[in-house]
Amino acid sequence: MQLYARRRLVNYVVIALSFMATGFGLLWLMLVLSTLLVNGITAISPALFTQMTPPPGSSGGLLNAIAGSLLMTAIATAIGTPTGILAGTFLAEYARTSRFGEVVRFVNDILLSAPSIIIGLFVYQVMVVRMGHFSAWAGAVALAIIVVPVVVRTTEDMLRLVPATLREAAVALGAPKWKVIVMVAYRAAMQGMLTGILLAVARISGETAPLLFTALNNQFWSGDLNAPMANLPVVIFQFSMSPYADWQTLAWGGALLITAAILLLNISARTLAAWSSFRQ
Amino acid sequence: MNSPLAQPRSHETDDGMPAPPPNRPASDPRVAALRPLADGRGEAAIATSPAPPTKVDIRNVNFFYGKFQALKNISLPLYDRRVIAFIGPSGCGKSTLLRILNRIYELYPGQSATGEVLVDGEDILAPGFDLNRLRAKVGMVFQKPTPFPMSIRDNIAFGIRLYERLPRSELDERVESALRRAALWDEVKDKLRQSGLSLSGGQQQRLCIARAIAIEPEVLLLDEPASALDPISTQRIEELIAELKADYCIAMVTHNMQQAARSSDYTAFIYLGELVEFDETERIFTHPTVRRTEDYITGRFG
Repeated sequence: MQLYARRRLVNYVVIALSFMATGFGLLWLMLVLSTLLVNGITAISPALFTQMTPPPGSSGGLLNAIAGSLLMTAIATAIGTPTGILAGTFLAEYARTSRFGEVVRFVNDILLSAPSIIIGLFVYQVMVVRMGHFSAWAGAVALAIIVVPVVVRTTEDMLRLVPATLREAAVALGAPKWKVIVMVAYRAAMQGMLTGILLAVARISGETAPLLFTALNNQFWSGDLNAPMANLPVVIFQFSMSPYADWQTLAWGGALLITAAILLLNISARTLAAWSSFRQ
Repeated sequence: MNSPLAQPRSHETDDGMPAPPPNRPASDPRVAALRPLADGRGEAAIATSPAPPTKVDIRNVNFFYGKFQALKNISLPLYDRRVIAFIGPSGCGKSTLLRILNRIYELYPGQSATGEVLVDGEDILAPGFDLNRLRAKVGMVFQKPTPFPMSIRDNIAFGIRLYERLPRSELDERVESALRRAALWDEVKDKLRQSGLSLSGGQQQRLCIARAIAIEPEVLLLDEPASALDPISTQRIEELIAELKADYCIAMVTHNMQQAARSSDYTAFIYLGELVEFDETERIFTHPTVRRTEDYITGRFG
């Protein structure tokens, strides 16, 4: 009976420790979110969405930064998503067991965990230095390079989850391989692949390092992709480091915006995933 | 007669039983007449209706998973408008044999078949044989229902569209007739746009059968089509098989002895990759020639 009592005790201790560890982790998240909310909520106003980044001492908003972030994220997604889907399809459908496929998969995993500052530096070297100036294109390309490995990975994983029997059923009807992939495997893996894309978008929407080296920043409204372009992360970086209180407030507002956007993307990704598993 | 039929393993019996007579399907007209009446079954054999034309002729087929030989020198006819059941314990190679007939095994590297499989006299194992043409002619339904993640209508239309470009109304007619023949129409006619995954297991399996027959194949391969279904759904599938055999040559793998006995006209017993016995179903289940067949169907092993 003593043994049993000891087990119960150990059980209680471990449960308590687990709760504390979880609480410790959540505590920081809560602190981060509440600090953001407390400091950022005052900055949320119509002006934030309608006015340009101001010079110090005057009122303004983040419109150019918001627009720049949206535009570059959109371009990066437009470049990175098809590339990633095709590469992931190649790995899952054509190179599942081949040596070459294994090498590609390995390299992709390295790219997946590559620090984003290195990607920024790389694009700086191959695009900014050659073109002679910072540009939104360079920023979008740097972000796209971050998107690709994420999408490759999720696409491959999701396609691998498509049951072999489903493929066999399509092949047994006489469907050529590409039709099996496009019309059956993609459909079966759609939700998972979309989730991966959303997570990739969430990831790049907060990336700062690659943009510092590439798109830099722009105080004014600019739709020119060959010129530097304002974006939220770099504006937050610059404004929060500044000594000006109104810039700092704007930085908090921008941080809150990004966090809200990422939260929203993550929730939609989760909902999509949950919905798809519910449907099956 | 250079025999397309299997040489039984019976002569090398390892369990000391007397070597049974060479097994030949009694009903095969090529054999039935030769059968000695003395064994008391000759009369029955002669009385049976003449075997219909051979649709698929499996000749000396071997199959390999890498280096492992899963099927050894199988020879077997599949008759038109008849159901043949492949029975045998798990892993004996019966599903493998089925998967040769539409060459679906080619999806997986390392799997290979030798020998000949003549479908309407053409060797489908010949290199360069058009696989799409083969699969249009030889349809397949799998153990687990495999509806595509699309609407009920599109599940059927998918196959039809692979071969024909039809105006919408004609396509809808084809979808309807396939669903009717699979005895599913009445249950789904009001929800053709719903996902095929929303149906019950038995309905999904009938959807898969409808999908397979929508492209009008001539041979239908059924790989344990009812093993994942409840008894009522199973009964519906069996009724369906009975109806479909009027038009198709059907080969069915089953673990269910009663199902084989009920649904098939011919039965092939496969054991350890070899064809032990092939005969009319009735004969296999009442007077098996080989001891091992009897042991299996009476549940002494398997």
